[in-house]
This record gives sequence, C-alpha cells and structure tokens, in this order.
Amino acid sequence: MSAEQPHVRLEILSNPLLNCGAREMVASMSRRMGFAEDAACQIALAVDEALCNIERHGYDRQTDRPIWLSLHAIGGLAQNGTSSSPTEGLKIVIEDEAQQIDPNLIKSRPLDEIRPGGLGVHIIREVMDEVIYEQRPNSGMRLTMIKMRNPQPKKDNGAPP
Amino acid sequence: MNDSALTIISRVEGDATIVSPAGDIDLNGAPAFKSQLRTIQSALKPGGRLVIDLSAVPYMDSSGLATMIESMQAARRQSFKLILCGLTPRVRAIFEIAKLHTVFTIKGTLAEALAA
Repeated sequence: MSAEQPHVRLEILSNPLLNCGAREMVASMSRRMGFAEDAACQIALAVDEALCNIERHGYDRQTDRPIWLSLHAIGGLAQNGTSSSPTEGLKIVIEDEAQQIDPNLIKSRPLDEIRPGGLGVHIIREVMDEVIYEQRPNSGMRLTMIKMRNPQPKKDNGAPP
Repeated sequence: MNDSALTIISRVEGDATIVSPAGDIDLNGAPAFKSQLRTIQSALKPGGRLVIDLSAVPYMDSSGLATMIESMQAARRQSFKLILCGLTPRVRAIFEIAKLHTVFTIKGTLAEALAA
C-alpha cells in the first residue's frame, strides 16, 4: 500500500459484481468533497474502468484476487458542521497483485478505429487530470489517478516533451 | 441508482425490434446483454431496424460501449439499421468521452427512434 495515510482504504475481490459498490462509493464521496455531479461521475467511471482492466487483463478474470483502493482528499476534508469543502482534489490509488507489465505499454488506442475493446485506458486518461501506472516494488501494479476540482492544463503522462 | 441485475426485454413493433435493457451495462452485465443481442440480431432481416432503448440504463462502462460497437458491426454486416435512444446524461457522457456519439444514430426518445 502507499506510504501516506489515505482517508479511505477499501479492499475488494476481483469480481465484476462488486465494481458497482466501489464506483458508487467513490462518486458519493467525490460529491461530498465538493466535486460537481459530472466530475463525480467521471471519477467513478475512471475507477470502474481501472477495476475492469485489472479483472480482465491483470487477473485474467479470476474473481478471488485482491484489489486495494485508496482515496486521498488533497487539501483535506471539511470539518463537521461546515458547508464549504477545503478539498482541492482527489487522489485515487488502485493496487493489485496481478502480473507486472511495462507501464509504457499501457496506452490508449486510436479512437478512429471503431472496434470493441481497448477504450478503458482512453477513458481513464480523458477524464482524470493525472494518470500514472507503475509497478509495485514486489508484485503487482499501482495506478495513481488525480482529479482536481479546478483543474490546470493536463500534465503529460510520460510522453516525450 | 438501479443496483439490480440487468434485465432485458425485447418486442417487435412494425419493422422495428425494440430492445429495452434495464440496469447497469458494465463488466458484470455486458456479457449477458451481448449474448441476448446476438440472438436477437441473428433473426433480423436486411432493411429491418433494431432500436436499443437505453432510458432505463443508469450506468454504462466501456464493456457496454463494446457491446454497442459489436451491434453496429452486425448492423453493417447484415444491413439492418441500428438506432439508440433514451440515453441518460451519464450514459451519453461515456459515448462523448469515447467520441462515439457521432458514430451511432442516437435519438432522444423511443418515439423519435421509431419515427426515424
């Protein structure tokens, strides 16, 4: 798991039946942190797509493997009884014990190819402000995604300058 | 939010076959939906119409998009017309993120789809 203490940490099994609970929890918490409805839905979609990719590709559809989801409210959380949210953004870290792959190989596919499959990575990169895939030190992969409430121009995710 | 399992109802109205899924079309529900769509599509004749009414689908992910793309490919192979209708804002958003909203024929309501 990541070193810094998350505000929420969830462990679920790699069963697609469970994804709805994870994504709706993330959407609900995003709204409470002050994200607009469309942004909260986008964050939930990104989480769902990430879980799907782990389940389909990382774990090759095994339904009993662990996935860890951590939420970090950037800027902190509102105090009890206050209506304004200090949360500037949301960092989501998703980790697994799946087979490690070269993060540079995780790419979006061209959208002018109208065919099924391969859209998940595009969706994640499109809706989140920062997306980083990396190998965990010992096993598995880690995906870190950041969405800011008032986003700046997108950071480049590993592409050459 | 509809958290129940995906259900799919189909009926024929004139030259149109109307498919009405209800529930989330995600990695959990998409395989069954794809299977039923394939069965329905195999019975369609050239020149016919397949209307997929998504008004009772609160959520769709890329698994659902892939199912729609497969249906569009079947429409091209078998020369039937595919029309989507009733997209909720959340479902329409994923079509737009994937730049697919201009690829499909999308109508606002079932009535508009049947009149198309």
